[in-house]
Amino acid sequence: MELTSWGRYPRIVASGEHFETREQLKRQMDRDGDLIAYGMGRSYGDSALNQRVVFSRRFNKILHFNPETGLVACESGVSLQELISVFLPQGWFLSVTPGTRLITVGGAIASDVHGKNHHVAGCFSTSVDSFELMLPGGDVVLCSREENERLFRATCGGMGLTGIILTAVIRLQKVKSAFIRETVKQCRNLEEIFNCFEKYETLPYSVAWIDCLESGEKMGRSVLMAGEHADTGSLDMDFNQPVSIPFDFPGFCLNRYSVKLFNRLYYHTRSSFVENRLVPLDPFFYPLDSIGHWNRIYGKGGFTQYQLVLPKTASYEGLKSILDRIAKQGLGSFLAVLKLCGPANDNDLSFPMQGYSLALDLKIEKRLFPFLNELDRIVIDYGGRLYLTKDVRMSKDVFRKGYPLWETFAELRETMGMKEKFNSLQSRRLEV
Amino acid sequence: MNLLVLGANSDVAYAVAAAFARHEKASILLASRNMELLEKKVQDLTIRYGVEVSCCYFDVTDFESHSAFYESLQKKPDVVVYSAGYMPEQQEDAQKNYKEAQKIFAINFSGAAAMLEVVAADFEKQGHGTIIGISSVAGERGRQSNYIYGSSKAAFNSYLSGMRNRLCKRGVHVMTVLPGFIHTKMTESLELPELLTAQPEEVAEDIYRAFRKKKNIIYTKWFWRWIMAVIKGIPEAVFKRMGL
Ligand SMILES: Cc1cc2nc3c(=O)[nH]c(=O)nc-3n(C[C@H](O)[C@H](O)[C@H](O)COP(=O)(O)OP(=O)(O)OC[C@H]3O[C@@H](n4cnc5c(N)ncnc54)[C@H](O)[C@@H]3O)c2cc1C
Ligand SMILES: NC(=O)c1ccc[n+]([C@@H]2O[C@H](COP(=O)([O-])OP(=O)(O)OC[C@H]3O[C@@H](n4cnc5c(N)ncnc54)[C@H](OP(=O)(O)O)[C@@H]3O)[C@@H](O)[C@H]2O)c1
Repeated sequence: MELTSWGRYPRIVASGEHFETREQLKRQMDRDGDLIAYGMGRSYGDSALNQRVVFSRRFNKILHFNPETGLVACESGVSLQELISVFLPQGWFLSVTPGTRLITVGGAIASDVHGKNHHVAGCFSTSVDSFELMLPGGDVVLCSREENERLFRATCGGMGLTGIILTAVIRLQKVKSAFIRETVKQCRNLEEIFNCFEKYETLPYSVAWIDCLESGEKMGRSVLMAGEHADTGSLDMDFNQPVSIPFDFPGFCLNRYSVKLFNRLYYHTRSSFVENRLVPLDPFFYPLDSIGHWNRIYGKGGFTQYQLVLPKTASYEGLKSILDRIAKQGLGSFLAVLKLCGPANDNDLSFPMQGYSLALDLKIEKRLFPFLNELDRIVIDYGGRLYLTKDVRMSKDVFRKGYPLWETFAELRETMGMKEKFNSLQSRRLEV
Repeated sequence: MNLLVLGANSDVAYAVAAAFARHEKASILLASRNMELLEKKVQDLTIRYGVEVSCCYFDVTDFESHSAFYESLQKKPDVVVYSAGYMPEQQEDAQKNYKEAQKIFAINFSGAAAMLEVVAADFEKQGHGTIIGISSVAGERGRQSNYIYGSSKAAFNSYLSGMRNRLCKRGVHVMTVLPGFIHTKMTESLELPELLTAQPEEVAEDIYRAFRKKKNIIYTKWFWRWIMAVIKGIPEAVFKRMGL
């Protein structure tokens, strides 16, 4: 079958099997050759791709819930959407959620995803009490901060390269309503948006859309969206039925001019300042989930997301130099997102660090990769790194420089036989 | 409402149980062979829908056990869904190995018939109840690639139709479900045409709606009624030369 992930680049021919029980998974593992877990394929690049994959989506049973503590035990194929629809009506919401609800719990752990509240809540792993991991030989071990802590730190953010996550116990947060109190603020340039992030740091959620085609005075023009859970409003929520993009857009639809036009419209149709308006939680966290197959906008050739993070002290200088190059290249991106992250955790390969993260969706085209190689150099020079779950092209060197714990991680893979059993196109490219 | 699901580990059955839990707050008994899976599903449906769910072992090919199985049920069901099914590869398996063919018939037809006869007797006595038999459009016309499975479903269709005829006079409803392609573990290794293939949840919603409306025979998804009308309309002299 043809297999790809959200960026639809690359597309490979692969074989894949579902599993519904441990026994079935064990049988698949016993066969020769390496494999990788595949959740809902919402990673953009090649981290879930391999000649052989195991699909976790059918391993999706919710096993236990404690309404006193908000601890839920479930299998790794359960989606965040399922958790929200079951527990939000009871007053519980995810402690950490990325910008899409269409991912699995296994994928959330393996990428150690972050959300708009990273600066106060950390990564997804912060809300993980424990999980069970199937190792190369088929043995299942429980990993937590107390037990097999080494495996816990390697697996959270480990991109599926330490084993198959089977079940997890995660902690939900108590909420009073399915609404968010949102503040929206236009910022004219990079300096303004940096100040704004600092100003709203006490709010649990914040993120900004940023226009990457502006330069000079207007460089870094953006719209900050911040918020907190409301304490009024009902707990009921209907997910909007997505409207779907029915076919691939022709490649020429997306160019410097259309993106510029979109960005102008986007910026100028926002009110310059709105404080504390009540908005439903679904469009606040998951604006893109209301458009099915939106990745088709980028055409048949696919796209990628370039997400970088820079240490806080270097963020202003670094971002200026990066934005400058992007504007000059005219590689506009409809979706460019800026976020102030909180401190890094101690997992081997988790992405966030204290500082600013910038994410750009970019259509795959000939000039793209050489250009991104240039950006890589800036990112590394300023002490930053790239997000593995979005990556499809970074070099081994860029990876090693960005993730100083790579060697410890690689050693663990070597000694525990993971290197023979679990591989993705990404792990081969990064030689990890 | 008490719902009994036979062959409850089928992906369609799980979705049907979820639909009845969601819409009817039904108490559910899941009966099938793989207990590890069933026990997980009990937890799962209980937490998701806040309904009472339990499970028990049931093998439809163990004909002797049917009566005892039904008698042992603490609460007798109001609705019974039969969803067990078996469809091995035909050319290499079912055509060459009569045991496989026998198994197809036992699970899709003769076991179902024997078991549902026990249910029917009880429903007839009670004067109410609904039997939902999940069959297949494959039973509407035999095709070279899948006629052994198809004929087991054809037999099941006739059986359900006759039973409907018999029981409608007693206030008991029998519904025949004719699905086309569905994404489930049964079809996992086949390359199905995406546009014609439903998710189990869509099929389950169709089944639930049809149950509410007391339909006799439903196609799911709806367009299979028209696809099958065309396929059934092809003259045999032409059909036999085709490569379906
Ligand atoms: C619209 C959109 C918005 C997004 N927003 C954010 C965001 O705000 N923040 C953020 O951090 N990310 C974000 N992402 C990225 C996404 O959250 C991650 O890529 C996530 O890991 C995808 O999960 P998945 O279930 O689809 O996993 P896949 O894409 O299928 O796999 C991702 C990785 O997880 C591994 N994996 C999956 N299941 C298991 C398992 N059971 N055991 C072991 N390894 C496993 C795979 O091997 C692979 O390495 C976004 C993606 C999209 C499409
Ligand atoms: N999938 C399709 O495209 C499609 C199309 C048309 C019609 N159908 C029909 O729809 C129904 C459901 O299909 P599905 O795709 O959901 O099936 P499925 O996921 O493959 O499940 C079939 C289930 O039948 C159960 N079963 C098999 N033998 C049994 C036995 N001897 N006793 C009790 N249970 C037994 C198995 O349960 P255990 O795991 O417990 O053994 C198995 O989980 C079937 O009747 C099928 O023929 C399917």
